[in-house]
Amino acid sequence: MNLIKKLLTAMMAVALTAGSILTMSSCSNTGETVTVRYLNFKPEIADKYNELAKEYQAETGVRVIVDTAANNTYEQTLMAKMATDEAPTLFQINGPKGYANWKDYCADLSQSELYQHLSDKSLAVTGADGKVYGIPYVVEGYGIIYNEAITDRYFALADKGTAYKSMDEINNYQKLKELVEDMQNHADDLGIDGVFASTSFKSGEDWRWQSHLTNLPLYYEFESNDIDLTGNGTDEITFKYSDQFKNILDLYLNNSVVDRKLVGTKTVADSMAEFALEKCAMVQNGNWAWSQIGDVSGNKVKSENIKLLPIYSGIDGEESQGLCIGTENFYAINKKSSEAEQQAALDFIYWMYSSEKGKQYVTNEFGFIAPFDTFDDDEKPQDPLALEVIDWMNKDGINSIAWNFTIFPSQTFKDEFGSSLLKYAQGNKKWDDVVKDMVSSWKKESSAAA
Amino acid sequence: MKKSLKKYFPLFLLPTLAAFIIAFIVPFVMGVALSFTEFKTVTDAKWVGFDNYVRAFTTDSDFLHALGFTSLFAVVSIVTVNVIAFILALMLARGIRGTNFFRSVFFMPNLIGGIVLGYIWNLLINGLLSVNGVDITYKTQYGCWGLVVMTNWQLIGYMMVIYIAGLQNVPTDLIEAASIDGASPLKTLFRIKIPLVMPSITICTFLTLTNSFKMFDQNLALTAGAPERTTQMLALNIYDTFYGRMGWQGVGQAKAVVFFLIVAVLAFVQLRLTGSKEVEH
Repeated sequence: MNLIKKLLTAMMAVALTAGSILTMSSCSNTGETVTVRYLNFKPEIADKYNELAKEYQAETGVRVIVDTAANNTYEQTLMAKMATDEAPTLFQINGPKGYANWKDYCADLSQSELYQHLSDKSLAVTGADGKVYGIPYVVEGYGIIYNEAITDRYFALADKGTAYKSMDEINNYQKLKELVEDMQNHADDLGIDGVFASTSFKSGEDWRWQSHLTNLPLYYEFESNDIDLTGNGTDEITFKYSDQFKNILDLYLNNSVVDRKLVGTKTVADSMAEFALEKCAMVQNGNWAWSQIGDVSGNKVKSENIKLLPIYSGIDGEESQGLCIGTENFYAINKKSSEAEQQAALDFIYWMYSSEKGKQYVTNEFGFIAPFDTFDDDEKPQDPLALEVIDWMNKDGINSIAWNFTIFPSQTFKDEFGSSLLKYAQGNKKWDDVVKDMVSSWKKESSAAA
Repeated sequence: MKKSLKKYFPLFLLPTLAAFIIAFIVPFVMGVALSFTEFKTVTDAKWVGFDNYVRAFTTDSDFLHALGFTSLFAVVSIVTVNVIAFILALMLARGIRGTNFFRSVFFMPNLIGGIVLGYIWNLLINGLLSVNGVDITYKTQYGCWGLVVMTNWQLIGYMMVIYIAGLQNVPTDLIEAASIDGASPLKTLFRIKIPLVMPSITICTFLTLTNSFKMFDQNLALTAGAPERTTQMLALNIYDTFYGRMGWQGVGQAKAVVFFLIVAVLAFVQLRLTGSKEVEH
């Protein structure tokens, strides 16, 4: 009897909760106003997005629900969310490959207001039909971040082995190599453990090498072969500039705070902390890393000393090379949402990049360099790395490198190349094999993706 | 009372049955169905027949390698986990001082989640290997033995508890009779104790077998397949297939179905094999 009573109580409880959940969900469905659901890619600014959404609702009455995917899980989260009734109306794709993956969901944005204001129309993601499916909403740049306080300390050394007096003189690989190697010899005098931060090769933490650094040789390869990046000319590569890639990778590995055999467990956060704590003078990363430097507790590096240098690897004429400028953040609108929702989402992003309040959030809170002509010259983020990126973009006679890693065939290719590079770093794989495997992996993944 | 229980029994079964259908049967059927399709989200799929199964085995040798590695790992850990757990159980079933304390201590690792465990062991093993100036990603052997050690550490306590329960159920009169007849302790162990704890052995080998085959989070946190996927186990391989390439979700799903069949067949065979050795007393 007692058991039955207990069971009954439990069932009642279940019925009650189920009932209340049902009523709650029916409540939200009966609302008249449209809701914009946005799946945000950048967890570091999730709170700020929520604040902005509240401001927007206060101003226009339209509710914006911002969901944020945890670090490195955007595709997974998007895939799961798209299958639900609460699919995001506004989401993002990471470039041409992302569009190919989500093309059944991407609405045509050619007529959208925000696209009309895009300063450089070539940045947008277009389909084979010439229509626009992704609008870039931020411009980012990466290179070698260096701490000017430490390089100045080096230039002031009495017994330094080079004749350089300032970082402005460093404009190719040969000079960079001389400087770095001599700095490494004087590491103790400079108070650092090594010139470069750890070359992070832990699985999932190797994107700075298998994507960002690999972008350079491939950019030059596509350029020298005059390849149309939207066509299938990218299905096979020869890794023509592999020697240059090896140059710079070896420089990172050999003049680092850690031994090259120990890079397999290092993370990006480790590297950025080393830079922030002045254990090293240089680290390869982009302007998004500012928060990772500024927010490290015990941070020693002063913001006015943080500068960016292009990644020189020994390619002819690289004296005029700039930073790698581009983005893998493109807004896309879910065409399976209702018309009203799509329009509401378009209105929201246009408001975000054109109204005073929206722009204030974009530049100051998010720290985005926005690629739209609705922004005046003084409406730029003020963090040191963003300033450096803008500075390099506007230098005369300097050509920025585009972000071609958005057309790399697949994540599997990146993972395979990354683990191959790790083995090379540890001394367990010959460079020739690394190159050979990279080329064949690229070919295999290109055909697998087709 | 009995009658009404019988009458209402289906009604009381309903909540559990509903939960079982929603949380198990439906996803399972959907999962099998999806393995024959090319899909982006689970509600939006296109039928492609056996294509996914063909691609799972032909595109690269990763899947077969993962299968081989997982089998090797499973064999090693089944043997080590069960032997060590049984020896510990024998020791702790004798009522030496502090038995309860030791039992709790050995059981505790089992309470720690896989990811945390993986990271802790990652730190420990890297600390150990740093004496040689390398880390766990340096050689396949390091990662492989790291996984074995970690699995042992995690599972031994749990298996030990099951074995202790089994050993305590061995009738003392049988053991007494054996010792009066002059059986050596070793003979008592092999002729009386082991045959009588066969049910526990069945359970424990089943648990270690399925646990080692299905291992995912420990694998991800400890080695993540490094170096070059040589320590990648089946579950991790499926996960990487699912997210590693555009449009390959169906292939990952096909691999998952193959994986299910392998585990099911192995578990079935093992249960029959060890089950047939069980004796009644």
